[in-house]
Amino acid sequence: MSISLSLIYLVSTIAFIIGLKKLGHPATAKNGNLIAASGMGLAIAGTIFIHDLRVPTTIYILIGLAILIGSVIGGWMAIKVKMTKMPELVSLFNGFGGASAALIGLVEFSKDGGDKMITTTIVSGIIIGAITFSGSMIAWGKLNGSIKSVIKIPYHNSVNNLFLAGIVAFAFFMVTAGASNEVLVFALLAAGLIYGILFVLPIGGADMPVVISLLNSLTGIAAAITGVLLSNMVMLIGGILVGSAGIILTIAMCKGMNRTLAAVIFGTFGATDSVPGANKTLGTIKKTNPSDSAIMLNYATNVIIVPGYGLAVAQAQHVIHELEELLTKKGVNVTYAIHPVAGRMPGHMNVLLAESNVDYSLLLEMDDINPQFKNTDVVLVVGANDVVNPAAHNDPSSPIYGMPILDVENAKHIIVNKRTMNAGYAGIENELFYNDKTVMLFGDAKAALTKLVSELKNM
Amino acid sequence: MNGLLEFIGTNIEMIYILILAVFLGVEVIKHIPAVLHTPLMSGANALSGVVVVGAILVMLNADPDNYFALTLGFIAVVLGILNVVGGFAVTGRMLKMFKKKS
Repeated sequence: MSISLSLIYLVSTIAFIIGLKKLGHPATAKNGNLIAASGMGLAIAGTIFIHDLRVPTTIYILIGLAILIGSVIGGWMAIKVKMTKMPELVSLFNGFGGASAALIGLVEFSKDGGDKMITTTIVSGIIIGAITFSGSMIAWGKLNGSIKSVIKIPYHNSVNNLFLAGIVAFAFFMVTAGASNEVLVFALLAAGLIYGILFVLPIGGADMPVVISLLNSLTGIAAAITGVLLSNMVMLIGGILVGSAGIILTIAMCKGMNRTLAAVIFGTFGATDSVPGANKTLGTIKKTNPSDSAIMLNYATNVIIVPGYGLAVAQAQHVIHELEELLTKKGVNVTYAIHPVAGRMPGHMNVLLAESNVDYSLLLEMDDINPQFKNTDVVLVVGANDVVNPAAHNDPSSPIYGMPILDVENAKHIIVNKRTMNAGYAGIENELFYNDKTVMLFGDAKAALTKLVSELKNM
Repeated sequence: MNGLLEFIGTNIEMIYILILAVFLGVEVIKHIPAVLHTPLMSGANALSGVVVVGAILVMLNADPDNYFALTLGFIAVVLGILNVVGGFAVTGRMLKMFKKKS
């Protein structure tokens, strides 16, 4: 490798580290993204142009064409995607990265001279790449609703673990036997793909963000393995950075949901048919209408809005901002309470509200806002359910018991906007709705809030 | 076993780098506010597209008549670049929305 290319890779690697660091702070995140992207552009350009290989023009044209196609499609998808669809897009892109690593492994395998360490890196790259690809595709399908039901495989943990052990044994055999048979490597690829499907299918939809983060981390590891294989530092360090950062992020997400990683992977959260206490009679609910709700909000001093995924689905993030501005103009203190897993991914709700120009200093995180509920006159819960379910505090038999929630029940009055009385993502009843202080404002979030806003304007 | 020891011996620098990079990744990501989890995950996802460098190397090193390597390499470059460009673009789009009103 020429010195100039080594220098370019060095600069790219530093750009990755600084970029990732800056991505972790709100004020510098935008720059961080630009720095990391520039590092990537530099590494790619350097790889194409600086080498002493004699490469025919046709191959250059092919590479250029591939880059053009990938950039246009990727850029187009990134521009077109709705912010509510962000989690599945990340999953899709992640799957592509994994597939790329697996394909590289396949080509390298065909050139492999039988060195055991090289074969080891190749087969592990293929397996991990294949698992991330098929796993990400299933996660994508689950999030966008094309794979609706939780597919249950009997004894799925044992089946999966046996299957994984089988793959490892098979790979070990290929390495030690020095097998260079193309059929075997395709069988290994297929096994990796099947395992990815088996791994993600039984995991409940509520845990999908954690799975995506985990798969993201795995893609990083696949990239790093490919870097070892090709003795390429920028791939090695870039991949490992993503791998270890991804694991930390995965654990942070698990903490937000009060789940352990093991419980996500081996548990059956969101996959249960019948939930204890589901048929318990919880009392009666009180319905309200937009004009009564408007009166309550108008005469309140402190209002907290709790947005959930229902708000995002109804595309009501702009109306809620209008409501907040209107109330603020009328002298009401309005803040937003953001649960760590509101939306479909941690931080997803912040992105959605930021999209409609909500000042991010009004978005308060759970630990900061929980003590404030007791001094709050009205809490407006829009399309959120499990994250405000008191069962997490007081029902040990509940599947969400122990999950940190927003202590909405401490407020003086609670307005809950929901489309129907259907249970939330975890599929359990919410006694908050039956609380004496709670009134239910049924209807699509956007329609209901629009009416609420027009009622308020007339006051 | 000897093979393994030999591998460690010849690649000791790479192993050092690998271990240091693991800790670096952990340190860089620690104490991230939940607000940034989604953009950060998306940004890290774009970074894992660095695998495209390997895909380009595969194509550069392929014989012009090795259609197997060229086809797979081509697809790998398309998918890898998709991950990179799409990932950074979508992260940028998300972050553009985080602005403090004056």
